[in-house]
Amino acid sequence: MLEPLARIPPAFSSTSWMNPLPPATRLLFFADRAARAAAAGAFPMPVTEEACRAHADGARACLWLGPDEYLLLAPAEPGAARVQAALTAAVGPLPHALVDISHRQVAFEIHGPLAAQILNGACALDLDPAGFPVGMCTRTALAKADVVLWRTEVHRFHVEVWRSFSPYVTALLTEIAGALPAAH
Amino acid sequence: MSVWRTPGGGRIDRTQRRKFRFDGRDYQGVAGDTLASALLANGVHLVGRSFKYHRPRGLLSAGAEEPNGLVTVRRDAARVTPNLRATQVELYEGLDALSQNRWPSLQFDVGRINDWLSPLFPAGFYYKTFMWPKGAWKSLYEPVIRRAAGLGVAPTEPDPDRYAQCYAHCDVLVAGGGAAGLAAALAAADEGARVILCDEQNEFGGALLSDPQATINGAGGQAWVDQALAELSANPRVTLLARTTAFGYFPHNLLGLNERLTDHLSAPPAGRARERLWQVRARSVVLATGAIERPVVFPGNDRPGILLAGAARTFLNRYGVRVGTRAVLVTAGDDAYQAALDLHAAGVSIAAVADLRPQAEGALPTAARRAGIEVLTSATVLGTLGGLRVNEIVLGELDGTGGVRRKRTVRCDAVLMSGGYTPSVHLFSQSRGKLAWNEPLQAFLPDRSAERERSVGACRGIYDLAGVIDDGFAAGAEAASGRSGRRRSVSAHSAGGDGSAFLGAVPLAGASSDKSFVDWQHDVTVKDLLLATREGFRSIEHVKRFTTTGMATDQGKTSNLNALSIVAGALEVPIPQVGLTSFRMPYTPTTFGSFAGASRGDLFDPVRKTPMHDWAATEGAVFEDVGLWKRARYFPRGGEGMHEAVARECLAVRSACGIFDASTLGKIEVVGADAAEFLNRLYVNNWSNLAVGRCRYGILCREDGFVYDDGVVARLAPDRFHVTTTTGGAARVLAMMEDYRQTEWPELAVWLASTTEQWAVIAVQGPKSRDLLQGLVEDIDIGAAALPHMSVAHGRICGVPGMVMRVSFSGELGFEVNVPADYGLGVWRAIHARGEKDITPYGTETMHVLRAEKGYIIVGQDTDGTVTPDDAGLAWAIGKSKADFVGKRSLQRASMHAPMRKQLVGLKSRDGRTILEEGAQVAEIPGQKPPMRLIGHVSSSYYSACLAHPIALALVAGGRARMGTTLYVPMPGGDIEVEVVPPVFYDPSGARIHA
Repeated sequence: MLEPLARIPPAFSSTSWMNPLPPATRLLFFADRAARAAAAGAFPMPVTEEACRAHADGARACLWLGPDEYLLLAPAEPGAARVQAALTAAVGPLPHALVDISHRQVAFEIHGPLAAQILNGACALDLDPAGFPVGMCTRTALAKADVVLWRTEVHRFHVEVWRSFSPYVTALLTEIAGALPAAH
Repeated sequence: MSVWRTPGGGRIDRTQRRKFRFDGRDYQGVAGDTLASALLANGVHLVGRSFKYHRPRGLLSAGAEEPNGLVTVRRDAARVTPNLRATQVELYEGLDALSQNRWPSLQFDVGRINDWLSPLFPAGFYYKTFMWPKGAWKSLYEPVIRRAAGLGVAPTEPDPDRYAQCYAHCDVLVAGGGAAGLAAALAAADEGARVILCDEQNEFGGALLSDPQATINGAGGQAWVDQALAELSANPRVTLLARTTAFGYFPHNLLGLNERLTDHLSAPPAGRARERLWQVRARSVVLATGAIERPVVFPGNDRPGILLAGAARTFLNRYGVRVGTRAVLVTAGDDAYQAALDLHAAGVSIAAVADLRPQAEGALPTAARRAGIEVLTSATVLGTLGGLRVNEIVLGELDGTGGVRRKRTVRCDAVLMSGGYTPSVHLFSQSRGKLAWNEPLQAFLPDRSAERERSVGACRGIYDLAGVIDDGFAAGAEAASGRSGRRRSVSAHSAGGDGSAFLGAVPLAGASSDKSFVDWQHDVTVKDLLLATREGFRSIEHVKRFTTTGMATDQGKTSNLNALSIVAGALEVPIPQVGLTSFRMPYTPTTFGSFAGASRGDLFDPVRKTPMHDWAATEGAVFEDVGLWKRARYFPRGGEGMHEAVARECLAVRSACGIFDASTLGKIEVVGADAAEFLNRLYVNNWSNLAVGRCRYGILCREDGFVYDDGVVARLAPDRFHVTTTTGGAARVLAMMEDYRQTEWPELAVWLASTTEQWAVIAVQGPKSRDLLQGLVEDIDIGAAALPHMSVAHGRICGVPGMVMRVSFSGELGFEVNVPADYGLGVWRAIHARGEKDITPYGTETMHVLRAEKGYIIVGQDTDGTVTPDDAGLAWAIGKSKADFVGKRSLQRASMHAPMRKQLVGLKSRDGRTILEEGAQVAEIPGQKPPMRLIGHVSSSYYSACLAHPIALALVAGGRARMGTTLYVPMPGGDIEVEVVPPVFYDPSGARIHA
């Protein structure tokens, strides 16, 4: 047995309004209503059919990405294989698919009173709490990068981005934040 | 202070002096001035030279419509902004401005010769004159015209300023912060709406800022403005944006706003954004864009000192500046009389009011007469005199029979003109709304809307103050709530608003030898327009292009209606029949920086790097851009050039082992009970018979049967495939798959996920690769029998769970190690360390040579969107038994099997040393002169260090039937003889791959 290697996630530093999130287990879960119902025993599933809503339960969360597509987030340990096995067992023969994308993307948080304003420097969505309430999530674009945006608190957003786009996204948001009037 | 600056009043602060420079001379203004008002306060009217004739020009207006006062403002060598309207440049301490379009100086300009030679330069001059001789266009005419064309000089240094951008949403966007816009914003805010109110000026209030006579609810207009602003700024749901131009109206109520943040500051704070581009999506839009006063078209109407009456009033009332000492008014309406009265009260002598109408009996003309001002009716202007400033105007009275009587010359240093108002329908027109001609107002007004917007106030022909404010209240409430009925009302009164209008040239304008200008900025005269009609142009769109009227940066703000009227008159048709040209964004010129925002330098595009990038950079790799990715191209050692490095890397892979970062390869996981069926329908290959644990080279065509992408597909489980794509094709292949999955075959139980970035892919290639990996992999037997060529196995690599694919793009025994991306660098290091001297990192250039030696195509290099699988020599991949796949029907067309289709072949230079140029053409017959008969082209070409001769792949008509024949590659130095050979140059039996 070889010495286990350490994970080396893409590095970026935190600021007063942005902090990187630790590595996580991420699975794409493709499932219809029946399969989701069956999966609920193994992983927290949304109680509503509403589009663009995240359901968080402790450190685990299930984010609606499409009518049959969900992003499952869980702590890095014990790992994607465990979650996958539990879900596969729970869903059984119902049509579904699970794909491990734990390493495909990284996550960070944008927080503080300027959070929405900073994001709106690159995101075309209406981030007013009335239009994008806490618990809402969606795939969207930050300038030229695709992201998943999830509002976890009024002034806190969870952002998922493909790993190779993370330097671009964080540098862009830093530029945007630096140009805000409040920064001067 | 001076004869020009009034002792009190206005929106300026006379106690705060501001020093500034214009054309190198020092002047002084005060806080609150624009560059225009500050120049006028110094008696300077001459601010520019006209575009074509280089005639001396003064300020015509006090606002965004200014066609003459275009200046360059310079902060340092890099911060140079040309073509700013002096009327919109806020004065700051130390402002440094230059006039434009003059040489050597504004006072003496050599280009003025164009004015005296103007009979030689009629409209359409360029089209007619520079046709002959043909060769002179490039060498003579174009360079000269290019030097003369254009206004201002663009800075050559990179723009050092920062430009911000943001998106915003609101219920009601109000464009224009005059009385109508303020009223609309107040009423919309009453309904609880999220409101954005923007105005291009430094302060809100619009015309009220220049109108001390206005009263609202018994108090001054300014008091009402102040109260409205206090109310709006206290409302957290209202955003007030001053110095912000709504410059563009885009589909679905998206508006572009340009906010200028620092241009008015003497010393902008370092790092502060200069401008912010707002992209606002508004549920509803209220356009309160006002109206622009129209000049009167008479001979010599462009001399400095001749300006709009309303502008003179603005300069006086808002900026405390008298535009002259002795003024003549030329008007066709009552409004201008208020300007006469105001100037008269401020001590300016009013020599005469020349009213084009036969009668002027309204309240204002009466008041003017009562103040002792001489009013001439049925008047016309026969000409003006003066060098760099008007000093006389020649007036006459129409005698009713086509002549004039009582011709007289009046001494003056200012002429104020007013032809009525042109509603600013630019944004409405940009929104694709339809305009309608209003005969009584002689104006085009907004009619049918294309978007959820409404126009209020002067921009829809309502000119009286009370009506304007009521209109704003009603529209604001309705825009916010969807219901009609307003909660607010005011009593208001201001001078004027009678809506009289005069269009076109004054009578007898044609009799003068001097020019009557219609478009000041492009120097278009009445004569030019009449010439256009004589040349047969009937539509204003054609007249516009022939004369360039309305085509300057001001888009004809002051000229369009006069031009229309003159053309309509000449053609003897009603104005609407001549048509109105379309308005385009931007409303006023907008900086490139604002559009670029942060998208410059490192942030222009995302730069994608693999997990092993930093290792390669440390090893001195030279990178190349592949899509957004940075890929190591080669790893030079000790002063090697690319060719030496690539030759060494190639030989290393063929003789020992190479290690290559293949992480950028697109990867798509296709999962579900119907995964094999899904791929059967998409790819040309048969997937049903691919066993779990095996790989197959797949080809994806478009519906037209041409190769779209390729890559190795591994079957990981009965219901799970790992599809690889080209690096550049990853996104479009996934998009195409999703498209078919969702729209064509929704019945299939299959799902797709991009896993490109989930995996770091380390290609270990070469005869020693198996030995090297032994011991690094656990629970995977990578022996030849257990893991044959084109197979895949899961297990641990360096303790990390991953998979090993035995595939080869090099032609050698090879493996691609896939590990989760966070482990990529660690595993790479471990493999590299284990390889010691036997392992050589190689880059994409070497990869290209190795694959070309094996005749493996690169989609997009050896294919170009017109190559079928058979053309590329890949017909063997097509699943013959399949009922259908994307492109199958197209491939059955007879032309797809024509023997003379271009087919992939190898080419060998007969001399054994010439490397062909990629893209070079291939000919059958040597020594041809153009036009040559060409039968193909070189798609890939390299020197093969392993074979010690150049190799090339080419697409040649009927190529496979030409094996062994000689063809010719014509180059500037002569034909290169090449032999047609099979495209597999190296190890044609494939023994090495199966080792």
